[in-house]
Amino acid sequence: MFYFSIFFQYAAQYLKTRLSYRTDLVIELFSDLLSQAVNLIFILVVFGHTTLLAGWNREEIIFIYGFFLVPYALFSSFFNIWDFNDRYIVKGEMDRVLTRPIHSLFQIVIERMELESMFGAVTGIVIMFYAGSRLGMELSWYDPFVFFVFVVGGAFIYAGIFISLAAISFWSDSKTDIMPMMYNIGNYGRYPVDIYNSVIRFVLTWVLPFAFVGVYPAAFFLGRSEWYGYAFLTPLMGVIFLGLAIFLWNAGVKRYRGAGN
Amino acid sequence: MGNVSLYLEMIRIRFLMMLAYRTNYYSGILIYSINIGAYYFLWQAIYGAQDNIAGMSVSQMTTYVAVAWMARAFYFNNIDREIANEIQEGKVAIEMIRPYHYLGVKTMQGLGEGLFRLLFFSVPGMVIIWLAFPIDFSNSLNVWILFFVSIIFAFIVNTQLNLLTGILTFFLLYNTGLIRGKRVIIDLFSGLLLPISFYPLWAQDIMGFLPFQAISYIPSMIFTEGFVGAEVYSALGIQLFWSLFLIIPIQLLWMVARKQLIVQGG
Repeated sequence: MFYFSIFFQYAAQYLKTRLSYRTDLVIELFSDLLSQAVNLIFILVVFGHTTLLAGWNREEIIFIYGFFLVPYALFSSFFNIWDFNDRYIVKGEMDRVLTRPIHSLFQIVIERMELESMFGAVTGIVIMFYAGSRLGMELSWYDPFVFFVFVVGGAFIYAGIFISLAAISFWSDSKTDIMPMMYNIGNYGRYPVDIYNSVIRFVLTWVLPFAFVGVYPAAFFLGRSEWYGYAFLTPLMGVIFLGLAIFLWNAGVKRYRGAGN
Repeated sequence: MGNVSLYLEMIRIRFLMMLAYRTNYYSGILIYSINIGAYYFLWQAIYGAQDNIAGMSVSQMTTYVAVAWMARAFYFNNIDREIANEIQEGKVAIEMIRPYHYLGVKTMQGLGEGLFRLLFFSVPGMVIIWLAFPIDFSNSLNVWILFFVSIIFAFIVNTQLNLLTGILTFFLLYNTGLIRGKRVIIDLFSGLLLPISFYPLWAQDIMGFLPFQAISYIPSMIFTEGFVGAEVYSALGIQLFWSLFLIIPIQLLWMVARKQLIVQGG
């Protein structure tokens, strides 16, 4: 209960801060929309030159992208820890976080939330409905529930990967610049994984399992039964990866010595 | 011109700063390679049975992707965010009274970072990529020289756009949205994600009037020999034009910004 009330107080505070710089908020919403459009444009341009991508047509790829946007929006609203190393370790801010009465990771999540990223979920759902209607897909009664579970699973996977990377900073406080590149690798989970060679497919499935935030769960809705096994693993992978990340984080916090002045 | 040594020193210090962190760069190379590898297979799938799309063969496309990302390590920097932070924290007031040109110093720091990444990241990364994927390196020295000239221009134009974005913080006070938007626009319009020749003609026409092509498309096309003969020189001409032209808005904004500086903290 305590965590809930803290969360809502931070959220309210956050909205006030953002609303005081309205021009920037508008520009930011616009640039989020633009970055979603960029990926869509990529798909459209590519399909201007080909009709099938490893047996998947344009609308199916667009549908996968729409699905991806929803867990991604959830992730990017709450887990802005890509600059954790710079912001918390190098500048010594972590000391402050540790004096707070709530779990250090939760404290960072609420400090760094960017609620406006949730608009991405709306874009994603709109894209899914657009692609779904072009494909003549029908909605079953259980689809929304499955969708919810897959979305949460996907967001957990993203969160797990990024928290683990951030936790590495507890052991080595030098810059890595890996994080921005990780955002790029996340994009490859949106394409049918059978286009990649076995190494990359393995990485995208079990090491950096971004395929569970794109093609696998979306394959369920697209009725690609050969991928159902993977699709249903999505929530499990989410729980495992987030669990591992939190474990790693806690171990890291124990080791933390403070670097600031 | 006694300032030249000062600016050289700025490059050197930033270079040494990056050098202190070099070990972790090797993990960065691995991630970059995965990135380029995934892109390679994606393009293979897109080409499918076709050997030529928009005048580019599969192997040219692979080389394009690899070189575009490796060149990005050189021209890319975060000085827009650094300027924004220094404005928000009020540090910029101190920077302005120091005996150097603030924007010049920022540019040199970006260059120091870029040179570091070029030597410790792009070069070893390129070797790994070259071993792992079928990439065509040109054996003409001329192409390599023109490519290096071209990525210097790419650095200049990209840095100028970063300076412009950074300076706008003086007016917007809070600038994360614009910084993010600029990055997205550069990824798309610069030709990093897709060669400009892949776009529909009307879109190509629009992009021809914008500075972004100078950042990624032109150097990558020169490297893959997608541009040959006179095309190369007119492409370099476009880069030169933008490098000079963009000085005008930067100077204008800088003059106005200094007059209406509001220090938010410090």
